[in-house]
Amino acid sequence: MKCHRCPKVATLHITELVKGEAHELHLCEECAHTYLQNPDVGESLESGPGGLIKPPAGIGEAELEELEKLVCPTCKMTFREFRNQGRLGCSHCYIAFREELLPLLENIHGDTHHCGKFPKRAPDDSQKRYQLIKLRNDLRLAVADESYEEAARLRDQIQEMENRITQETTE
Amino acid sequence: MKELIQLRGEWMRGEGPDADIVISSRIRLARNLAQFPFLSRADDSVRAEIEKTLHENVLDLSLGGQLTYFDINELEGIDRQFLVERQLISRELAESHGSRGVCFTRGENVSLMVNEEDHLRIQVLHCGFELDSCWREISRIDDLLEERVTYAFNEELGYLTACPTNVGTGIRVSVLMHLPALVLTKEIQKVFQALQKISLAVRGLYGEGSQAMGDFYQISNQITLGNSEEQLLKKLKEVVPNIISYERKVRQALIKDSRQALHDKVSRAYGTLKSAQSISSEETMHLLSSVRMGVNLGLIDDLPIPTVNELFIHTQPAHLQKLRKTSLDSADRNAARAAYLRQRLSSPQPGDQN
Repeated sequence: MKCHRCPKVATLHITELVKGEAHELHLCEECAHTYLQNPDVGESLESGPGGLIKPPAGIGEAELEELEKLVCPTCKMTFREFRNQGRLGCSHCYIAFREELLPLLENIHGDTHHCGKFPKRAPDDSQKRYQLIKLRNDLRLAVADESYEEAARLRDQIQEMENRITQETTE
Repeated sequence: MKELIQLRGEWMRGEGPDADIVISSRIRLARNLAQFPFLSRADDSVRAEIEKTLHENVLDLSLGGQLTYFDINELEGIDRQFLVERQLISRELAESHGSRGVCFTRGENVSLMVNEEDHLRIQVLHCGFELDSCWREISRIDDLLEERVTYAFNEELGYLTACPTNVGTGIRVSVLMHLPALVLTKEIQKVFQALQKISLAVRGLYGEGSQAMGDFYQISNQITLGNSEEQLLKKLKEVVPNIISYERKVRQALIKDSRQALHDKVSRAYGTLKSAQSISSEETMHLLSSVRMGVNLGLIDDLPIPTVNELFIHTQPAHLQKLRKTSLDSADRNAARAAYLRQRLSSPQPGDQN
């Protein structure tokens, strides 16, 4: 591959996130040096996620529609939304998009299994936590929609669940 | 906030193993609370709930001594910038919006950022090349917090983070190095290439997105999943000493082959800093870098390293304005910076010897 700034061969590959958008830069040694000293956008070497997460250019409409159909049941984020912004909506997204995320994780980390610290107190009530996230998301949408009665109902429900979880944990 | 300017973060002391080259060692952990959505799906009220939950729990931790908590929203721009320059918060936290905060210890070694990219970012900073003690301390804080809150965690993927690049351990282990000789001889490019091959990242002084000012580079792990925290630490503990000895070797070669030229460069840098009437932040960083190397090589003998380390921070825009107790435009800042440097460098302060 050729350097983006001169005819030499590119040896450094930089992915840069500018306002949430990924830009790839391929530079030769010399240009990379200049670039690292004075990045022209005020951002420097950040091999951020965007480059790996963004859909490849030229992806078809049909595929985009497929990505749109893939929705996290808890926070309603679509896989397409995630690909555009590079951030997931909630912890349940990791389960909802598991099949799609695994190749991505393999790409980023070269692995797909956690090996390291575990919380001493493993949460065994994740379903309840997802339910809470979902209620909070519904509440957000209800407020945005100005459905205040619905919002009040959801707020009570969240409070009740929170109390129950706190009670169970302290018991 | 007023009191902070009179203090010096412990990591600036210029002590610790290999402190001539390694300024500081830093570890951060990304954590999220299980019952809340990530921040991209949190509106103002959810952000406020998260902030409240973490604010209360964080302030209850016994981290040894007094804790300070700032609500970032209530701070003026200059105070946010001040905390960034001090390495207590990230630029992202300073510039984002909504409920968010930072809690830190008096020594400024520990800071906990609430509602940054993740609900919680814990950071521990020590001076010199001291990764093991950073890890022990941060893991203890993580355990203490975990007794109070439930983290988003899954057996397969570990700690769940807003961005999949942090999932698993959620750890970033980084070492801030001062590498003027490698930059001067352009050998630094070889270092970049070698590091890239073993998936270590290189960043500037202020982390993600900041440029390499004053020949400072942060070397850190890129991957977070599939390796244990200890393995990731080990990788840096193996690689960093090679870079340290490379920098030292090149410094010695410079002394041997071009002592006069090097001595001249260092002395001119010192001279400019001592006598300039107007100086930009960038030029200051550049010259201080030469001076710092000069002190370490014995070419300058009347300036302690902690003072040099402190000047790197105190001459930055927000610090300077805090020291002057007034807001200054760019031209006035350059004059004020020059005056501050002249004063600090002409008569070494009594406190400088500590």
